[in-house]
Amino acid sequence: MAKIVVVTSGKGGVGKTTTSAAIATGLAQAGHRTAVIDFDVGLRNLDLIMGCERRVVYDFVNVIHGDANLKQALIKDKRVDDLYILPASQTRDKDALTQEGVERVLQELSADFDYIICDSPAGIERGALMAAYFADEAIVVTNPEVSSVRDSDRILGILSSKTRRAEQGEPTIPGRLLLTRYAPERVERGEMLSVDDVREILAVDLLGVIPESKAVLSASNAGVPVIMDVESDAGQAYQDAVARFLGEDRPHRFLTVPKKGLLGRLFGG
Amino acid sequence: MSAARPVLNALEFKGRMLTVTVLRALEADLATLIDTLDRRLGEGAEMLRGLPMLLDLEALPDAAGFDLAGLVDACRSRGLSLIGVRDTGDAALAARVRDLGLSAVALTGEGGRKPAGRSRVESETAPSPAPVQAATSLLITQPVRSGQQVYARGGDLVVVASVSPGAEVLADGNIHIYGALRGRALAGVQGNAQARIFCRSLDPELISIAGHYRLSEQVTDEERGRSVQVRLDGETLRVEPL
Repeated sequence: MAKIVVVTSGKGGVGKTTTSAAIATGLAQAGHRTAVIDFDVGLRNLDLIMGCERRVVYDFVNVIHGDANLKQALIKDKRVDDLYILPASQTRDKDALTQEGVERVLQELSADFDYIICDSPAGIERGALMAAYFADEAIVVTNPEVSSVRDSDRILGILSSKTRRAEQGEPTIPGRLLLTRYAPERVERGEMLSVDDVREILAVDLLGVIPESKAVLSASNAGVPVIMDVESDAGQAYQDAVARFLGEDRPHRFLTVPKKGLLGRLFGG
Repeated sequence: MSAARPVLNALEFKGRMLTVTVLRALEADLATLIDTLDRRLGEGAEMLRGLPMLLDLEALPDAAGFDLAGLVDACRSRGLSLIGVRDTGDAALAARVRDLGLSAVALTGEGGRKPAGRSRVESETAPSPAPVQAATSLLITQPVRSGQQVYARGGDLVVVASVSPGAEVLADGNIHIYGALRGRALAGVQGNAQARIFCRSLDPELISIAGHYRLSEQVTDEERGRSVQVRLDGETLRVEPL
């Protein structure tokens, strides 16, 4: 049985799809059979971030409607073994996601995979609810600013009341926080909430802190999950997050402003 | 064109809590009732005039034979503003009440009117309260998050966590928050002026006791972030350090 993980946030543009791609890739690199599903029907992006946009034939909605089977719709990643992408439909809307249909697809995937990553759309409407409903775990992506934190708080509340687990009275999903676009120098200047501020408000475990990094944009545009950019700080931070997700205890990095070396100080770099 | 002015916002429906004085008839004889009424008003119960009032005939052995119209007239002529008669489930009485231009009103918590689970409006965060707990208080052990609303009907609310911005906690009695209050807290919502709010760190969007409220911007820097209790002193909310 696969573990179903929803990547969610409430607010848009905080890095859900980047995170879904990175975490899914990281899990597959660690040898776990992983499928990543784009739930953002109508605003498909995951295929671009994963660099498989030219190989989309069938999509998630086709499978739900029985127009195609899973085998036809799943796209195998060319770089990492054991990694598959199920793209969203660009021509439909979220109403195409029926609870029965989503359940059937997840059940079928469960038999064959270790992890299913559900890339949630923004908002708290149907698409987001469907992405979260069957989840066993949640990764809540948050930017260090007040509106994102409030939206994440809202999503955490929904996770604890509107998922299948909550409705069946089982222990609710342990949501974990992934703080993205973190800029320690702005935190020091008081322009950005600190990790501790966010943790205090949201009161959930911290899965990782991803620093604000140019590598993320270049990776997105190149269609390569940023976790594969092992030289970059963001890529390394995602690797740490995946390791923590799999139970490893790793210290958090990139939380403070790096000290400048002698040359850096001399030349103001 | 003023004729084409959109009038979509001409009406607004809003939920409001209202304290109602219940006037109970204990005696079926109209003359006795009017006599008592005049005596009570003469004794300085002047402030009763203008207060929304609900007539309760439940104590009468024979409500059907009672001169309801006579009592309603007497009340109206003395300036009491009746809003209705308490609904006892008697359809004939309810019809007479309507004929007098009043409504038959069920008191909250009565009959089948109360939807199940009303005391927890949206939040299902916390596990169900332990069965040994007194029915009048509500214990929440999880954070109350943005968008969630928790209402302890008929008693106190205890939150062993924080209340987030965008969350709302309400109680008919006191509110105890063993964490930070960053959202809205309304104690004594049915009009209990003795109700208080206690919290470990005060940073609220709004605090209110029995309808007297203070907004976030009216909380001073000295009060903010402190462990406090909030109580009502006359018409003023007092924030006192614990």
